[in-house]
Amino acid sequence: MIALNREIIEIAKELDVVFFRQRLKEHAVKIGMSVLNQTKLITASSELVRNMLKYAGGGQICIEVINEKMQIGIKVTFEDKGPGIPDIHKAMQDGFSTGKSLGLGLPGAKRLVNEFDIKSEIGKGTIVTIVRWKNGL
Amino acid sequence: MDRIPILKMGNFLLVTIQVDMYDRLALNLENDLVTMIRRVEAKGVLIDISAVSIVDSFMGRILGNIASMSKILDAETVVVGMQPAVAITLVELGLPLTGVHTALDVEKGMILLKNKLNLIEEDDDEDKDPDDSTE
Amino acid sequence: MNNALADLLLKNQKEILEQWMKNQLSNNTLREDLMSNENLRRQSQELLDLFLKAVKKGNYDDLNTREYEGIIEMLQGISISRAQQGYSPKETAIFVFSLKEALINTIVKADGDSKEAVNSILIINNLLDQLGIITFETFIRGRESVILRQTQEINEISTPVIRVWEGILALPIIGTLDSARTQIVMENLLQEIVNTGSSIAILDISGVPAVDSLVAQHLIKTVSATRLMGAECIISGIRAEIAQTIVHLGIDLSNIQTKASLASALKLAFAMLQLEVKKGERKIIK
Ligand SMILES: Nc1ncnc2c1ncn2[C@@H]1O[C@H](COP(=O)(O)OP(=O)(O)OP(=O)(O)O)[C@@H](O)[C@H]1O
Ligand SMILES: [Mg+2]
Repeated sequence: MIALNREIIEIAKELDVVFFRQRLKEHAVKIGMSVLNQTKLITASSELVRNMLKYAGGGQICIEVINEKMQIGIKVTFEDKGPGIPDIHKAMQDGFSTGKSLGLGLPGAKRLVNEFDIKSEIGKGTIVTIVRWKNGL
Repeated sequence: MDRIPILKMGNFLLVTIQVDMYDRLALNLENDLVTMIRRVEAKGVLIDISAVSIVDSFMGRILGNIASMSKILDAETVVVGMQPAVAITLVELGLPLTGVHTALDVEKGMILLKNKLNLIEEDDDEDKDPDDSTE
Repeated sequence: MNNALADLLLKNQKEILEQWMKNQLSNNTLREDLMSNENLRRQSQELLDLFLKAVKKGNYDDLNTREYEGIIEMLQGISISRAQQGYSPKETAIFVFSLKEALINTIVKADGDSKEAVNSILIINNLLDQLGIITFETFIRGRESVILRQTQEINEISTPVIRVWEGILALPIIGTLDSARTQIVMENLLQEIVNTGSSIAILDISGVPAVDSLVAQHLIKTVSATRLMGAECIISGIRAEIAQTIVHLGIDLSNIQTKASLASALKLAFAMLQLEVKKGERKIIK
């Protein structure tokens, strides 16, 4: 995998989310991603950045334009130093929430992207990585 | 304070969302709308989201909340103009917003609202619109 | 100028071919499933001939010349056909780079580590790298054309959206409905709804061979997305056996309007739009 372009954005408050979504969109438009794929990527990211703010008080996001196996796409890494997730398997299920919410964020985000990876360590933090290819379905 | 303007048209309220939403803005809209429905005794709410390119679970939930709350206050809510990409994404996300009425555009949304009100309040004749088409 | 090198290579061409073949065959990425050894040998022989012809005049660095036309053309042909047969770029690269090894071996064998030999090795190295790059560029173009063709195929088989009446769209689905297909169907349908301002869409599934829970899920998704846009969706063309499997699998379609035939779906659509279709008085044409 080759990273063609990289940008790091710090997330500490809600308005940072607006800026992040704008930047993400600009990267997606630049590589010619279809509107539907853009929408899926940004919506998934929106879920993940909200979790980051809500459960970890913020963190760092890395947007990368990547190239792999003749495909071009966007990879977004959400890294926080929050409390971590005790049971990832449970957190990934539809309807599981410790925040009195719908519990749709993580499983929904996974359905909207081509690749999804989550790592979490209690007390250390959580890293979620997603990839959406320009032309993938 | 960030707010989305609410327009009053007869006993309907019209909201046109022109900016990309974030959580605070959505929450404010929910509050403002519910307060306004109550104050002006609105019978219908039209939310035009044709300019909105992202509806995530939070915004989706707010739309659902507005519909349910206005229902309790005896008003119908119609969300109009959702973009195809947004609709597909919401379904994939797992939030088909089953309780929310929808229409293709403001005009069709208005007709839907009027039909609903006519069905509910056949005796109530304050709504005399010339183009109210019931042939 | 450096004709001695060309002569040396020409004189040892048999040996070079053997060595090159050996290099290729010993490499475990060799794809015997895609090409027989004889074919590989023939291709290698041909390429080596063209290579020797190209360097004959002592030009080792300018590839934009007449003498290199033949070899470049052949390399491009090989690359494109390999890309389309599903070779990996590595497998294709080895084809060219293992020739480099054979050539350099020959030089080393001929006059050991003389200053001239080092020079020759550099020259050959450079030349083969250039040829390698050409192979790569063409390989990528070959792959791109494969992708383009596949995309076109998908779009062609994807279902057309027909405007049957003002405000009514029909979408006959033929073949199975997998998730990729559903995506395309949804995109096309929703876009047409916007374009035509239609408020009713009829999904006709009489051409769908079987409905399992996955297909049903895709149908439900399409209906949900259509409703979010503010249009209603009717599913028609449900055969008896499909109705049976739907119930046996416990799939809940109770929230969806279903009709046996496209005609009855159309009738329902007319009713929903408060349209009446009447038989007119027969006009006698004189
Ligand atoms: N970055 C994070 N750090 C710590 N815990 C997290 C993080 N992200 C998610 N979680 C945990 O995983 C659970 C599931 O997350 P998910 O986003 O799926 O649902 P939610 O945030 O509770 O609800 P929704 O996203 O639908 O509003 C959360 O309730 C929370 O306990
Ligand atoms: Mg969440």
